[in-house]
Amino acid sequence: MITLTLDENLLPSDRGRFLMAQQVTAGRRYLRAFVSGFFVAVPVTVTFLDRLAYVARVEGASMQPFLNPEGESKCDVVLLNRWSVRNYQVQRGDIVSVVSPRNPKQKIIKRVIGLEGDFIRTLGYKNRFVRIPDGHFWIEGDHHGHSLDSNSFGPVSVGLLHGRASYIIWPPNRWQRIRASLPLDRGPLDNEED
Amino acid sequence: MLRRMLGKTLGFVGYTIQYGCIAHCAFEYIGEFVVCSGPSMEPTIVNHDVVFSERMSRHLCRIEKGDIVIAKSPFDPNMNICKRVIGMEGDKICTSAPSDLFKTHTYVPKGHVWLEGDNLKNSSDSRSYGPVPYALIRGRVCLKVINRNFSFFIFAKLDKPVWFKSLLHGFELWSSACA
Repeated sequence: MITLTLDENLLPSDRGRFLMAQQVTAGRRYLRAFVSGFFVAVPVTVTFLDRLAYVARVEGASMQPFLNPEGESKCDVVLLNRWSVRNYQVQRGDIVSVVSPRNPKQKIIKRVIGLEGDFIRTLGYKNRFVRIPDGHFWIEGDHHGHSLDSNSFGPVSVGLLHGRASYIIWPPNRWQRIRASLPLDRGPLDNEED
Repeated sequence: MLRRMLGKTLGFVGYTIQYGCIAHCAFEYIGEFVVCSGPSMEPTIVNHDVVFSERMSRHLCRIEKGDIVIAKSPFDPNMNICKRVIGMEGDKICTSAPSDLFKTHTYVPKGHVWLEGDNLKNSSDSRSYGPVPYALIRGRVCLKVINRNFSFFIFAKLDKPVWFKSLLHGFELWSSACA
């Protein structure tokens, strides 16, 4: 009765070939796993970032004191909710990120002051009072004078809306939900005043 | 039994999510088929033509003068418009009709494009609502797939016409005015 294991039966050169073949199949399996994982992970991530939520760093002083209160040294990180703006529905007072109408590669983060149909008293725009046309809104930074906003380029088309900032997630001591709040002296004029 | 049902359901949900995400990426970054309606692009694109609009050149900022683009309407973000790009930022555009004696001009501001339909008599475009922000462009129309009769497929490549509206390339003027 002779029982030989495979290894004992092989010549040294055969054994090397066998090991190599094993490595090739293992490598192929890894490659297949990588490709299938790649085809799952990348579209899911891209869709998540495009449709649901997006994390962005806030740069610049235009939203002080609410965002970036310490100046340039520390940048806040906000969570942009993209699902809630899928139908372009925003409220007055929301903080939104918008593709800059001046530079399509840049996104700006501002506060919504007026929606379509509102009358707005402007701060340094060419007209003193403006009626927001259909499909547009009026956005301003909280830090007047240090912000490139609707006061320089006029009402912005709602189609440029990118996301609504819903949480400050960094720094951790200022972790909070962002609620819609209009600055006291800003906002649409009442209809009676017109 | 229950466990197997649960596993099957989870697998189905997972595949649905995966293919949904792949479809989203394809529509968002490669292109989509669009049915055009309305007379504003006649005779290039007539009512009910199906065209293919590719998204990549918009993401790479490679839209050029003469391209036909699909853009969100600036006054209703849920509506799309199909027009031809007549001028890029900094270009000088003639806004008066060809028959007018006194010509009026305007400059396209930074980050905007000037869109006009090919059917100038029956098109509401930048001549009525002014320049449109570049970021509202959704894609560039590159193929006409089905013609009006639905009788046969034509894959007509929509090239840029040589008959651009005579425009003055005011970019040097624009940059010197900015400096």
